[in-house]
Amino acid sequence: MSYAATHDQHDDHHGAPKGFFQRWCMSTNHKDIGTLYLIFSLTMLFIGGSFAMLIRAELFKPGMQLMQPYFFNEMTAMHALVMIFGAIMPAFVGLGNWMIPLMVGAPDMALPRMNNLSFWILPFAFVLLLSTLFLPGGGPAGGWTMYPPLSLQSGSLAYAVFAIHLMGISSIMGAINIIATILNMRAPGMDLMKMPVFVWSWLITAFLLIAVMPALAGAVTMLLTDKYFGTNFFNPGGGGDPVLYQHIFWFFGHPEVYIMILPAFGIISEIVPTFARKPIFGYKAMVFAIACIAFLSFIVWAHHMFAVGLPLGAEVFFMYATMLISVPTGVKVFNWVATMWGGSMTFETPMLFAIAFIILFTIGGFSGLMMALVPADFQYHDTYFIVAHFHYVLVTGALFAIIGAAYYWMPKWTGNMYSEFWGKVHFWNSVIWVNVLFFPQHFLGLAGMPRRIPDYNVAFANFNMISSIGGFLFGATQLIFVGVLIHCAFFSKKKATDRVWEGAKGLEWTIPSPAPHHTFEVPPVINDDELAHGHVND
Amino acid sequence: MGQQHDAYFVPTKSYWPFVAAVVMFTTVFGAAHWLNADPGESGFGKSVLTIGVIGVLAMFFGWFRSVINESLAGSYNHQVDTSFRMGMMWFIFSEVMFFGAFFGALFYVRMFSVPWLGGHGHGVLTHEFLWSDYTAAWGANGGNGPEQAGGAFRTVPAWGLPLLNTLILLTSSVTVTIAHHALRAGHRGKILLFLGLTVLLGATFLYFQAHEYIEAYEELNLTLHSGVYGSTFFLLTGFHGLHVTLGTIMLAVIWLRVLKGHFNKEHHFGFEAVAWYWHFVDVVWLGLFMFVYIL
Repeated sequence: MSYAATHDQHDDHHGAPKGFFQRWCMSTNHKDIGTLYLIFSLTMLFIGGSFAMLIRAELFKPGMQLMQPYFFNEMTAMHALVMIFGAIMPAFVGLGNWMIPLMVGAPDMALPRMNNLSFWILPFAFVLLLSTLFLPGGGPAGGWTMYPPLSLQSGSLAYAVFAIHLMGISSIMGAINIIATILNMRAPGMDLMKMPVFVWSWLITAFLLIAVMPALAGAVTMLLTDKYFGTNFFNPGGGGDPVLYQHIFWFFGHPEVYIMILPAFGIISEIVPTFARKPIFGYKAMVFAIACIAFLSFIVWAHHMFAVGLPLGAEVFFMYATMLISVPTGVKVFNWVATMWGGSMTFETPMLFAIAFIILFTIGGFSGLMMALVPADFQYHDTYFIVAHFHYVLVTGALFAIIGAAYYWMPKWTGNMYSEFWGKVHFWNSVIWVNVLFFPQHFLGLAGMPRRIPDYNVAFANFNMISSIGGFLFGATQLIFVGVLIHCAFFSKKKATDRVWEGAKGLEWTIPSPAPHHTFEVPPVINDDELAHGHVND
Repeated sequence: MGQQHDAYFVPTKSYWPFVAAVVMFTTVFGAAHWLNADPGESGFGKSVLTIGVIGVLAMFFGWFRSVINESLAGSYNHQVDTSFRMGMMWFIFSEVMFFGAFFGALFYVRMFSVPWLGGHGHGVLTHEFLWSDYTAAWGANGGNGPEQAGGAFRTVPAWGLPLLNTLILLTSSVTVTIAHHALRAGHRGKILLFLGLTVLLGATFLYFQAHEYIEAYEELNLTLHSGVYGSTFFLLTGFHGLHVTLGTIMLAVIWLRVLKGHFNKEHHFGFEAVAWYWHFVDVVWLGLFMFVYIL
């Protein structure tokens, strides 16, 4: 094949455009759009985090301390919506934007303008969502799941519903883009079974997104018509059923859980081999495990609804299907451990976050397994036990993987090494305080403290105070992260090499650091020795 | 052109995506403000909504115009074409899942919630304590639930207008396929004739659909308030009708583009994308005809 001059219409082939609006609002560059996603996500992390600080402040002591109950309810709902749709998902899309084209040898995403639209919808969607806090009637206060009939009483439901529609459109377009990029833009020789696991995890995640975001759109549309147009989807008097909402919502919601963890699996599968200086153990098994988890995610949704009064047959089916998920997940955890086994390991910050992920995510997985049991779930349902569970998988799981990925690829993005000392300070503070924050919540839940309440029995006082102290310190620790990022981007004197990490393999490490504005304008020649999984089929 | 097929293409910068985000925000902000206004309150919601909708239309016009111009200039190679195809296919898949949510709701209320309210299987106690005189049934005899939400109503008979509309849509799928074959054979007159017929059939479908809605409201008392029967009936047929409207507009645009000679035997992705969309709308209708009207 001849790789003649790239047919590319950029005004300037070698640098970023000059004007601010031109560069950031009209971009067709996957790196700039990835950066926008990541900055947006970090901003949302702090907005959602400040809501969490308010929640922990109110729960510091029993009794009503700081706020009205309705405001507390707004905080629990908004904290979740902002963190899920504003922080975690855009962070993964940002990482995917930055890294997928570099990892498969593509010049950019397959549909670069749609990529820009996917991003720019998000800030507007969150303006719409957050503005409800200042509107008469208040914001959504019935939890992020927005179950009717409670959510139908919310004053500004229409704003939240339309914000969710916008976020869904953004996610679907982002996912279509990622699938088209991976299937259509790979450099010649980059076979599907040679792709990095991170790329595989995003391919499967993107499929999940396209399959389930429309279901969420449908569910919230029914909320909208029930509230404003007099339909009866969720009104038993008219033949409907509030549980119908829960079925549709969790048909979206459970795959959504995996949308937030599969790319994290991909990230850990990149970091661990690099710092263990060994190829990943069981590449094919890792890929198939992700696909298995994705498939199972479609047939387990009702385990979120064990306590609503499902028929017995449904409870048993969803219990067993849910427990099946631990098999492919176990494959992944064992393979990460086997990758480290006998490796010559070093413990730079990304590796520390990856190891913490493996241990703490597994704890979150185990508490999930406990709740998969129907009779046990009747006891734990809607207590702080579930709060502890999903924060272990989302904070020490998804968020730790994102932070690890940021440390891992930051030198490639900025061209500078971050401060290893401050990175480790950030890590150790994070890992200690996050456990102080969430581990006691297991005990609170087992003792019967319900979630989403601003006041509680004095019997729960001590653990709540410990949890709040952990929360404040974990929140404050993240300011170190911002400091490390700013230092690395603008002040660090230590230049990164192209390879950055001694054991790093893959196409993204063959380009200069910082990554030039345009890369792989001509498809690279793939050398299997350069790839992490180049010889998997040998 | 030949050698460019092996090289990558990255489009130029464009302000349309940013404009699209702004007008989408304007539209939903206006709609939310309008819906949320207290009864009798004259907010600015409607005006903002109107501006937003006009903006969205202008955005589509502008964005597609720039893409069409690039396509006519021969900028798009085979790889770009494949990306577009994948984009359209996955978009249609997402639409399928959107309709899936509403079909799922329909099946759930028919199989579970309505029978349970009538005391079957799982719902004995609800029936006993709340609505012990309710006999579960779908359609006119109980599809609006134990409280007869929206009052007594009659259903639209399947073998009248809906059957006619089914035949119209099926015919339109045939005509659009004939037009596609004509395009590949290079018979412009034949394309224009059959594509034009498709547009007319789409418009006829919409006319009958509107007629059916008016009749439902004025004579059958079948409204959006008619319990969950009315909810599923109008949301399913309404969203489908919206998609037919969109599809008809898209077909009309493609007809104009054929008239202007935008397509040739090899390069006519725009035509194919709209044809796929039209077939998708057709298949959804078959599901509707089966599960909403007949059964």
